[in-house]
Amino acid sequence: MKTLNDLKLGQSGTVIRLGSSGALRRRIIDMGITPGAVIKKIKAAPFGDPVVIVVRGYELSLRINEAKEIIIEE
Amino acid sequence: MTQKSENVRTKNKISVVLAGNPNCGKTTLFNQLTGSKQYVGNWPGVTVEKKSGKVRNNLNKNIEAVDLPGIYSLSPYTPEEIVTRNCLLNDDPDVIIDIVDATNLERNLYLTTQLAELGRPIVIALNMCDLLEKNGDKIDVALLEAKIGIPIVPISASKNVGVDKLIEKVVQISEKSKYVPVKNIYSPVVNKTLCEIEEALEEIKQHKYHRKRWTAVKLFEGDRVTWAHYDFTQAQKEHINSHIEEINITKNIDREMIIADERYKYICSITDKVLTRRRPADYLSISDKIDNIVTNRFLAIPLFLAVMLLVFTITFGAPGTLLRDSADYFINDVVGSGVHSLLVSMGASEWSQSLVTDGIVAGVGSVISFLPQIMLLFTLLSLLEDSGYMSRAAFIMDKLLRYIGLSGRAFVPMLMGFGCTVPAVLATRTLENPKDKRLTILITPFMSCSAKMPVYLLIISYFFADSGPLVLFGIYLLGVAVAVLTALLFKSTILKGKNAPFVMELPPYRMPSPKSLWLHIWERLKDFLVRAGTVLLGASVLVWFLQSFDFSLNMVTPDESMLASIGKFIAPVFSLCGFGDWRASVSLVTGIAAKESVASTMAVLYSGTSILNSFSALSAFSFLVFVLLYTPCIAALSAIRREMGSAKWTALAIVYQLAVAWFASAFVFQIGTLVTNLF
Repeated sequence: MKTLNDLKLGQSGTVIRLGSSGALRRRIIDMGITPGAVIKKIKAAPFGDPVVIVVRGYELSLRINEAKEIIIEE
Repeated sequence: MTQKSENVRTKNKISVVLAGNPNCGKTTLFNQLTGSKQYVGNWPGVTVEKKSGKVRNNLNKNIEAVDLPGIYSLSPYTPEEIVTRNCLLNDDPDVIIDIVDATNLERNLYLTTQLAELGRPIVIALNMCDLLEKNGDKIDVALLEAKIGIPIVPISASKNVGVDKLIEKVVQISEKSKYVPVKNIYSPVVNKTLCEIEEALEEIKQHKYHRKRWTAVKLFEGDRVTWAHYDFTQAQKEHINSHIEEINITKNIDREMIIADERYKYICSITDKVLTRRRPADYLSISDKIDNIVTNRFLAIPLFLAVMLLVFTITFGAPGTLLRDSADYFINDVVGSGVHSLLVSMGASEWSQSLVTDGIVAGVGSVISFLPQIMLLFTLLSLLEDSGYMSRAAFIMDKLLRYIGLSGRAFVPMLMGFGCTVPAVLATRTLENPKDKRLTILITPFMSCSAKMPVYLLIISYFFADSGPLVLFGIYLLGVAVAVLTALLFKSTILKGKNAPFVMELPPYRMPSPKSLWLHIWERLKDFLVRAGTVLLGASVLVWFLQSFDFSLNMVTPDESMLASIGKFIAPVFSLCGFGDWRASVSLVTGIAAKESVASTMAVLYSGTSILNSFSALSAFSFLVFVLLYTPCIAALSAIRREMGSAKWTALAIVYQLAVAWFASAFVFQIGTLVTNLF
C-alpha cells in the first residue's frame, strides 16, 4: 500500500482512497483530493516537512502526517 | 415560502452576497463595486468577517453587497465556512455573485456546484481572465455558461474590467424569479436517492421549497448541522435513512466522499471541454521559477532571514533614519519654532505658550516625526503580504513552529504583529484549532509593533547613540524569544493538545498592485493620524496640564505637580526594574491608550536633557524591555477580547504580559547591576 508520502519529488500518483476522519478528512476532500485525482509531489520544505503537491492545477501544502493518510497508486 | 417562489420582485433594494474561494479576488471586487477600502492580501483568509457596502452604479439601483470570508466548501467546519453558510441560508440574498478564479477553475467550480444547490439566482464573476490569457490558457466562456447553466461575466477585478457588465447582469437577474431550478449534476444512482429524500422531505413539509436539493444532499452527507436543524421524528429519520442506505458504500468510501467525488467528476466533464491549456505540462511560470528559489530546501531559510534583515536595515538603517531626521527637523525646527514665535509675537500668555510648545508640539510632534519611518516598515510588510510571500513563510517555518506547538499558519499573524497587533490578532481567525488560536493571540503582542518604535528610538537617541542598531535588534529578538518561551510554557501546561493539521493553499506570486499597497498604507496612516489627533493630543494636553499645576491649580514646577503625586504613587513598583522615577511610570500608564503615547509623554515630561539624569544606560535598557513586553494598547486589547471570545482569557493575557514585562525588566536590571558591580 502506497501513500502520498512514498512519492519522490517530481513523481505523480492517482488517489485511491483516504484515511483520517472528521474535519481534516472533509478538508482534504474539499481541496480536491478525491479518488481518481492525480497528485504530483513537487516540493518539500527545508526540514522535509511539509510538502507541496499539485492537485487539480493548483499548489497545496500539507504535512507528512496528512500525506500518509492519502493512499495512492502510481 | 412556497408561494413566493413564483413572485417577480418589485422592491427597490437588491441584496447581493459575494462568495468564493479564499484569495480569488473577492475583496478586490468588493472594493471595486462599493468604492470601499477593504484590506486585501495575497494569502488565503484575509477577509475574516462579513462586510457590507452600497454598490456604485449608473442604473439608479439600490444595491447592497456583502463580502463574505473566502471558503472552499459549505461544510460546517471552519469559522469562515460557518459565517458564510449562515449568511447564505438565513439572510436570503437576492443574488449570489460567485467569484471564480479562472486560473484555478476546477477547485473554484467545486464551491459553485454547492452554491447552485441553494436554488438562488447566481451569477459567476469569472475573475483573473487577464492572468489566464497571459499564461496562454483559454476558457470557452459561452460553452462553460451553456454547460453549467449559470450566467457568467468575465472580469478582472484588479483592473476594473467587466465590473459594470457584472452589475448590469446582477440587476437583470434580480428582476426575475427569486428562485431558480437546480440542475442535477449527480450520477443516475445518486440522483435517484436524492430525489427520494426530496420526496420524503416534501411529505414532511419542513424544508424551504427552493432549497430541497441542498437539504437532501446535506442529509445524505450526514451533515450534523442540517440533521439537527430539522425536528424529525424517529419515524421520519428512519424513513430518510432508509433511502440513504440504498446506496451501498464500500470500505473507505463514505457518503461525504461520494458527493464530493461526483461534484468533481461533473466539473471535470465540463472543464475538459471548455479549458484549453496551451502550455506544456512541464511549463514553469514565473511564479514557479521564483518559488523554486524561495522555497528551495537549502536557500529557503537563509533567504527568509535575509528578507527580514533587509526589512530591518531599510527601516532602521540609513533610509529610515534619513526620513526620521527630515521629519524631526520639519516638526521641531520649522513648525515648532514657527508656532512658538507666532505665539510670542501675538503676545500670548505664558501658560498658553507652554501648552502649545511643551504640551502639543513636544508630545504629538515627537511622535509624528516617527511617522515616515513607521510607514516605511508597514509598506515593506505589506509588500511581503501582497506578493504571496507570507504563505511561503508559513510553509517554510511550519516544522520549526511545530516544535513550539504552533502551526505554520500562526506565522502570518506573528509577522503581521511587527506592523500592528490589531490586524495580526484578527488574522488569527484563519486558525481552525481554538487552542492554536488562543496561543497565537497570546504571543502576537510580543512581536514588537511599529507603534513602540518611537519609544525605542527616543531612548536610543539619548543612551545608545553608538550602538543603536544592535540594541534595536536585541529588543526585537528578545520579543521573539519571549514569544517562543511563552508558547512552550502554555503548550506544555494549559493549552496541551494535538497539533492541528496543516492543509494550506500556496497562491501564485502576484505583482503587488500600487492601489492595494496604498490601501494598506492609507489604512495605517489614517489610524495613526486619528490617534495623533485624539488619544495622543488628549494625552499630551492632559499630561501637560497635570504636570504644570498642583491640586490647588497653581502653576508649579513639574516636581510639585499633580502628576508627580500620582506618579510617585506608582513609581515604587518599578524601583526594582531601575526606573522608579515617577515620570517613567506615568509614561508607561499613558502607553495603555496608545504605545506612541509613551514617547509623547516622555517628550513632555523630560524637557531638555533631563532624561539623562533619570536613567542610566542599564535602566534605560530595562525600561525598553518593559515597553516591549507589557500589555498592548487598548485597541489591541479589544481585538484580543473579541478573538479570545472569553473575558477570562483576556484577563489572563493582560496579567501574564504585565508579569512577564516586570520580571524580565527587573531581571535585566538586577543582573546588569550585579555584573557592573563585579567588574
